[in-house]
Amino acid sequence: MTVQFSPAAGRDRFVGQAISRVDGPAKVTGLAKYAGEFAAPDLAYGVVVSSAIAKGRIKRIDAAAAEAVPGIVKVITHENRPATSQKPEDYQDAVAPPGAPFQALASDRIVYSGQPIALVVGEDFETARYAASLVRVEYETAAPLTDVTAQSGASYDPPMKRAGIKPPPEPWGDAAHAFDTSEIRVNAQYRMADEHHNPMEPHASTVVVEKDGTYTVYDKIQGVSNTHDYIAGAFGLKPEQVRVLNPYLGGGFGSGLRPQYQLFLAMLAAKDLGRSVRVTLTRDQMWSFTYRSEAIQTVALGADPSGKLTALKHDAVQGTSTYEDYQEVIVNWSGVLYDCDNVALTYSLTKLDTPTPGDMRAPGAVTGVFAIETAMDELAHATGQDPVQLRLKNYTEGDQTEDKPFGSKELKEAFRQGAERFGWDKRQPEPRSMRDGRELVGWGMATGIWESMMMQSSARAVLGADGRLEVGNQTGDIGTGTYTILTQIAADTLGLPLDHVTTKLGDTKLAQAPVAGGSWTAASSGTAVMKACRDIAEQAFKLARGMDNSPLANVDFERAVFTGGRIEVAGDPSKGVALTDILKATGTERLEATAEAAPDKDFEEAYNAYTHSAIFAEVKIDEELGVLRCTRVVSAIAAGRILNPKTARSQILGGIVMGIGSALHEESMLDHRIGRFMNHNLGEYHVPVHADIHDIDVIFVDEEDKANPLGVKGLGEIGIVGVAAAISNAVFHATGKRIRHLPITIDKIVAEG
Amino acid sequence: MNRFDYVRPSTVAEAVQALGADPAARFIAGGTNLIDLMKYDVERPGRLIDITRLPLRAIEAKDGGLRIGALVTNASAAYDAQVKERYPLLSSAILAGASAQLRNAASTGGNLLQRTRCYYFYDTATPCNKREPGSGCGAIGGVNRIHAILGASEHCIATHPSDMAVALAALEAVVQVSGPNGERAIPISDFHRLPGDDPAKDTNLAPGEIIVAVDLPAKTFATHYTYLKLRDRLSYAFALVSVAAALELDGDTIRTARLALGGVAHKPWRNTQAEALLQGKPANRETFKAAADLVLQEAKPQSTNGFKIELARRAIVRGLEQAAAGTPQSQSDKRIQ
Amino acid sequence: MLIDSGSPGAVGTIGITLTINGERREIAVAPWTTLLDLLRERLDLTGTKKGCDHGQCGACTVLVNGTRINSCLALAVMQDGAEITTVEGLASLAAREGKNSLHPIQEAFVEHDAFQCGYCTPGQLCSSVGLMNEGHAKTRDEIREAMSGNLCRCGAYTNIVDAIEDVMQGAGR
Repeated sequence: MTVQFSPAAGRDRFVGQAISRVDGPAKVTGLAKYAGEFAAPDLAYGVVVSSAIAKGRIKRIDAAAAEAVPGIVKVITHENRPATSQKPEDYQDAVAPPGAPFQALASDRIVYSGQPIALVVGEDFETARYAASLVRVEYETAAPLTDVTAQSGASYDPPMKRAGIKPPPEPWGDAAHAFDTSEIRVNAQYRMADEHHNPMEPHASTVVVEKDGTYTVYDKIQGVSNTHDYIAGAFGLKPEQVRVLNPYLGGGFGSGLRPQYQLFLAMLAAKDLGRSVRVTLTRDQMWSFTYRSEAIQTVALGADPSGKLTALKHDAVQGTSTYEDYQEVIVNWSGVLYDCDNVALTYSLTKLDTPTPGDMRAPGAVTGVFAIETAMDELAHATGQDPVQLRLKNYTEGDQTEDKPFGSKELKEAFRQGAERFGWDKRQPEPRSMRDGRELVGWGMATGIWESMMMQSSARAVLGADGRLEVGNQTGDIGTGTYTILTQIAADTLGLPLDHVTTKLGDTKLAQAPVAGGSWTAASSGTAVMKACRDIAEQAFKLARGMDNSPLANVDFERAVFTGGRIEVAGDPSKGVALTDILKATGTERLEATAEAAPDKDFEEAYNAYTHSAIFAEVKIDEELGVLRCTRVVSAIAAGRILNPKTARSQILGGIVMGIGSALHEESMLDHRIGRFMNHNLGEYHVPVHADIHDIDVIFVDEEDKANPLGVKGLGEIGIVGVAAAISNAVFHATGKRIRHLPITIDKIVAEG
Repeated sequence: MNRFDYVRPSTVAEAVQALGADPAARFIAGGTNLIDLMKYDVERPGRLIDITRLPLRAIEAKDGGLRIGALVTNASAAYDAQVKERYPLLSSAILAGASAQLRNAASTGGNLLQRTRCYYFYDTATPCNKREPGSGCGAIGGVNRIHAILGASEHCIATHPSDMAVALAALEAVVQVSGPNGERAIPISDFHRLPGDDPAKDTNLAPGEIIVAVDLPAKTFATHYTYLKLRDRLSYAFALVSVAAALELDGDTIRTARLALGGVAHKPWRNTQAEALLQGKPANRETFKAAADLVLQEAKPQSTNGFKIELARRAIVRGLEQAAAGTPQSQSDKRIQ
Repeated sequence: MLIDSGSPGAVGTIGITLTINGERREIAVAPWTTLLDLLRERLDLTGTKKGCDHGQCGACTVLVNGTRINSCLALAVMQDGAEITTVEGLASLAAREGKNSLHPIQEAFVEHDAFQCGYCTPGQLCSSVGLMNEGHAKTRDEIREAMSGNLCRCGAYTNIVDAIEDVMQGAGR
């Protein structure tokens, strides 16, 4: 593919500029509506009853008292659940891992704590909530297994691999022997806590039954196509009978990739009752599906005294559910990040009586990079190396796991700029050597990495006679700024003012596009929008050339400039014609184009593509009391072209804040006796608050990449990866204490040893 | 949330009458804890008595001290000029707790009556002797890193979550109540209970009684005080351990000492023996350590909260250091003084 | 005056008067309806968000008589007679002060990109206005502490503080 960005305009006016979010006014006035906020005539409210046990079966469920409450429409349990598709594959959504997806109310079996066991549908929310408290359940309880440590002995190599998730590469060299004979050895176990996504908007679905019997579904999903196809399959509907919308999503972080049970239940009730139904989960029910499951990791590094790696082993055992083999890439990153001749990476699963884990912001990378980047810091200390220098010493220009060069990798520049901004050269290498008054000061750093991906995607553009352009596709803006960057790309491609462009997203009536995830949306939807707009540009140009006395009559398309709503001749702005005049003169009502964008096969064949980051963190610790303040973070990002520095920076800030949470706060605590997450609320599951977040500096280093015509590589995940390691390394530098088990809470800082 | 009857009296007498002997009736003021618990079906009152229109919102001088009406919001109390000037320990402790929004709604009386944040108490799918007497304690042997290290029983290891009450304990506040049998005063130290074999009962309020005010004695400790709160994030989290320390000094010698802990027991934990030990001693680390050791002499860890014993010991020492130095802990600058 | 909703369990409603975003409204509510559910489910004012329903996230923050509170923990019936401002009313609040279009804090949020998904935003905005009404927070540390009751999972915290500082400094000029 040789298409350059915005060839007609010849220059970018909006792309690359810090444009404020185009959806900003809707969001600051409260007018932006989310899935659980759409009104419908005669709307009924469903409230979910959740299982009190983690494993066993329902002996008896008594909904009589609930049903007797005036205003209760129906109570649906496994005993009276209307039939849905019998084919298990109909419940396999677009991003489902191998296995049999959970089906709500399918039987009396309980497979995890908090599993939905009834839906109480009422005329209003409060009546349904009250009646739900009256449903009485008797269980036959079995002993749940939820402790990944205890179950790690029963781990297995998943027989079916999850689509899009690369299994560990074949080992190369002889890592075991090389490690045993290495002069310097680092070998440790690393742990994280189970984490829950907890977007601020709880999961919700509003299913509207239209007069013609079709369904309009507002669902909290990161891509409406996934909900659409799932509903059509599970409920045996024709594609055209279902329209799914989600113009705004109150945070996803991966929790909205798969259709969740509130959607299934809302649809089940709506279809059964022939009536519009909304189901919104409570905050504590946000612990009853998907989470970042803990992986028990060991990293063994062998090196020569100069710090050059001679052996690298990274093993992970991760928890999954009993019914699906969720998989993520945890260990491969170690092989991608560093040059080493002897590498062995393994990944296995173990079954737990929990919901199936799911992708959570930079799935796998957050987990695996914490381990390898902490281990590298241990190696730096063991060899007396500066942590940045150690990474440069083991720097690689190629992806050893697949023996391919990188499409682009400006990580060295990220190290340089990040270190400079942070003032890394003033770091005293010895742990416990820096102080600020009573506090110990720690400076730590780490590398981050994420895959740069593009997905097949389409987009549609329509230019009206009034000179206004509408572009869009099915993907969702999950807070990432997709509305804004697509508007910028479209405006530049056709040379229109920003306010002449409207971007529509999150509607199955729009052009096909995948879920928003994996940091692939800017590349995928951005390219598709650019191509659709370019198609319109060509159509308009052709029409203009055919106009009487056209100023463009003898001009090639390559010499046409699209600017200010006009097509002009390059170098001679006096020769030109307004787009509105073209449409008017040629009697054209509108110009339309749909374009497809797909990954460049040649590029993918030749290169592997990743984004990188260099993260520098400062902590100040009152050692006696274990109080830690993360006072400064600098993150230098190499992620190709930056379409909008303002929204791009926010993506990285968000990743860093969640990374700080992962490092210091977030921990879903299981009571293994009953297999239940006990701190299932935002008061006791701690995410960072304002007071925890101090100075954060984001740098984007220049990086030219050719994987797609926009040169973008994606930003949604890279901000978080490595942050926890940078902070834990800073804690070591401050205190001399290596804490290998996240989160780094007070108890771990004050602990002996 | 269950359904209930709603009553809005306008005098204390009407309120007490409305409550009557009905064990299912509850007063509601700020509602920040009660409505929270009702949504979890932990509290299922048959009748709510809205006391927000009662004339209990004054802060006024009383016997050389200060009387804070039961309905004074936490924010109003914390920012009140007299409280700030004379009882900065109380102001600081209130500001260490909850969020601005909650402090704007929560009342002085309600703060004292807030219930434990024990996970098992809150989760009706699990046993809890406080919520459902006789059902057992889920926290013992379970997830209990936030639980009690002092004064717990085999029936309950919950802690009291209030910050304000810890300061009130150190200040020897007196809770004024009104009830069917008239008015009485309960010293703050007798107001909350230890769980014993009846953890369902948090306080010694008699059936039918209402808090009308909290009295602060004349002794203010406005110079040498601190409220030091240690928690799992830098704001908006309950205390793992907190310390209210207040001293009067003669030069370097301690004339009077008050010391109360939060987050460690079923009630604000004040140890008068430790205070007596401090009295007459030089205000130094050695003295403070001895006091801390005394306070924690009887401490018992649960399965995952043993760290709190050493943490509390250190927090006491630091709290007393802060108080002695006259450098109270700031609640906005998170650097520990 | 003793107001009594009648016998327990009966779906009795109580008439209350609220002034919401400047508009006086007489509404009959059940005693268990929270201010948040009233706004969102009955009055179609869905700008105020339900993030946790337990006072642990701040997404439901509104101004009651100018003071910020969590509307999820406030029974509507108990607000009888109050003046409520939600995110939908911030602009008109500004209009009353002679400014048109958006409230300065709304403009500052857009300018500083102080949100991403937008779900915590109405609460952050109302909380910011409440903070400025209170007048206690001056420094960045104090603003951070005073805003800690408003969680933002997208991590826009630094931009939010920038926006608030901007407006506070503007107001001081």
